Amino acid sequence: MSALLEVRDLSVRFNVGDAELNAVRSLSFDVSEGECLGVVGESGAGKSQAFLAALGLLADNARARGSVRYRGREILNAPRRELDALRGRRMAMVFQDPLSGLTPTARIGHQLEESARRHLGMNARQARGKALEMLETVRLPDPRRCLALYPFELSGGMRQRVMIALGMICEPDLLIADEPTTALDVTIQAQILRLLGELQRDANTSIVLITHDLSVAAAFSDRIMILYNGRLVESGTTHEVFRSPKHPYTAGLLASLPSLTIDPASDLPTIPGQPPDAMKSVQGCAFAERCKHAMDRCWSERPVLAAPGAQHAAACHLLSA
Amino acid sequence: MLAPMLAFTLRRLAVAIPTLLAIATASFFLMRAAPGGPFDTEADLDPEVLESLYRAYGLDQPLLEQYRIYLANVLKGDFGPSLVYEDFNVTELIAIGLPVSARLGVTAMLLALLFGGTCGIVAALRHNRLFDHATMTMAMTGIAIPSFVTAPILALFFGLYLKLLPVAGWNGGAAANMVLPVIALALPQLAIIARLMRGGMLEVLRANFVRTARAKGLPERQVVINHVLQSAAVPLVGYLGPALAGIMTGSLVIELIFDLPGIGRYFIQGALNRDYPLVMGIVIVYGALIILLNLLSDLAYAALDPRVRRTYR
Ligand SMILES: Nc1ncnc2c1ncn2[C@@H]1O[C@H](COP(=O)(O)OP(=O)(O)OP(=O)(O)O)[C@@H](O)[C@H]1O
Ligand code: SF4
Ligand SMILES: [Mg+2]
Repeated sequence: MSALLEVRDLSVRFNVGDAELNAVRSLSFDVSEGECLGVVGESGAGKSQAFLAALGLLADNARARGSVRYRGREILNAPRRELDALRGRRMAMVFQDPLSGLTPTARIGHQLEESARRHLGMNARQARGKALEMLETVRLPDPRRCLALYPFELSGGMRQRVMIALGMICEPDLLIADEPTTALDVTIQAQILRLLGELQRDANTSIVLITHDLSVAAAFSDRIMILYNGRLVESGTTHEVFRSPKHPYTAGLLASLPSLTIDPASDLPTIPGQPPDAMKSVQGCAFAERCKHAMDRCWSERPVLAAPGAQHAAACHLLSA
Repeated sequence: MLAPMLAFTLRRLAVAIPTLLAIATASFFLMRAAPGGPFDTEADLDPEVLESLYRAYGLDQPLLEQYRIYLANVLKGDFGPSLVYEDFNVTELIAIGLPVSARLGVTAMLLALLFGGTCGIVAALRHNRLFDHATMTMAMTGIAIPSFVTAPILALFFGLYLKLLPVAGWNGGAAANMVLPVIALALPQLAIIARLMRGGMLEVLRANFVRTARAKGLPERQVVINHVLQSAAVPLVGYLGPALAGIMTGSLVIELIFDLPGIGRYFIQGALNRDYPLVMGIVIVYGALIILLNLLSDLAYAALDPRVRRTYR
């Protein structure tokens, strides 16, 4: 499989007052053609910002460095015109919050048709047909009526489906789904994930699934990438990562998964301590404060990702000890 | 969609009638409660003459009787005689003054909306760049300098110095005579509108749905037109209604400086001289205007925001 998206040494920094916040720190990874990659990490780990940077959608106070290549072509900080040809057409994103992600003053139909007309060269009638077809594909009840509705007239789950329809309408090569199920209840969550899976199979779209929920990523993706404090700490096939996690943070996440035998109401084992402050930069391992295996070396020397690009890699001194 | 809006409009107009009656009542009694009387300035009037004046205008009647007669006349569209402008009744004075002030005000507002709106939009799109800083500095200045300063400067420069335009006068509403007063009226409004529009734009440009629009690969122009402008104009609507009512009912300063027969000076003259019918007439007209413009701005809200539209059903 060749790489569809190659990210190398990507950093995202925010200017906040006179301080700097490092949201993403020299991150490197690939997304292959047709694969499904799960991106997991706690809130603030830099999951969203890494992909927003790739699409050129960062906030005004952010700066992105490094390299992002789409099919070999550099797109990080590319001119707007070049990005406009890719965004929505080749690479699409389903955003984290479907409540605020749709324009409140425009009808659903219009918001979908806009993409089809822009990228697929359709006329108004064709675009309407395509929009309807997409709403059927994402199984929105009564799709014809929904075309004429405004976002506030839909439920959360329906809006999420509209967002997915919006992402898929031009059959992109890469769909980045940022927490597409977080706000939804469990049944709808499962439906949405199944839908994404079908779309991936039918259109051979690569999917990046961003989630803080390891079990969602496990159920869905071929490969998993774990982010901590803006860095990649472990990556590998879902199978490998689950069978033999290499990084203590991953091991902690796995241990905190509710297993079916435990009463979900009882106390779940969670990783003690707080996620690190993105404003601060530590010299050693960012996880050291919470790591029960921490050694002297961990405080002074940052562990590098062992064998990057290999099937299964992690950034931890335990691996080289 | 149209039917509920029409019903909404008719309901609001029906409520307007009791509201106007309440305004008439309040202004009637408040005027009478204020010290002084209409003929006080003519200092040494013979008591007998004064009494006959009072009788002629019905001011010798008991207050409630006066109120009853007044309301009955108002309902017939008759605001009574002016006590100061002796050859006119109030309806005539309003018919002379209001069109002048309204025409100046509406023209000024349209101008302010066109230029202020554009400046605000462009400033927001050039946020923190030179154009933004320059327009906002000018806007601050425009708001800070009162029209009694700008109006004479305009008159001196374009009227006396360049001799391009008439210094003052109405001349039946000739375009040349309107230019300077309209500019003087429009400048502060333009500044306020530019700031409001810029604020609305900046707010909306940060919204998640704008990012969605950009993620669709739409050029910025289309993002702004299809996804930003409508929401960004909302703060403006709330301001425009009352501001338009204010500007249409005349500005004493502008009318004095440019010697215009607007309604603003009648109101001030009326108030200073306890010309009860004149002041009340203008207050009622002003109230009606406010009610009308509030209705219009509610309709504008509905046009801009589908969520509002639904609440009107
Ligand atoms: N506009 C901004 N200005 C300053 N800091 C920001 C801005 N946007 C995001 N950040 C910060 O960047 C860091 C990474 O944010 P990011 O959105 O990538 O987190 P995430 O991993 O997606 O988490 P979540 O699960 O909460 O979405 C966070 O610390 C966040 O506070
Ligand atoms: S490098 Fe050290 S502190 Fe960091 S995870 Fe590994 S053992 Fe723990
Ligand atoms: Mg996020």
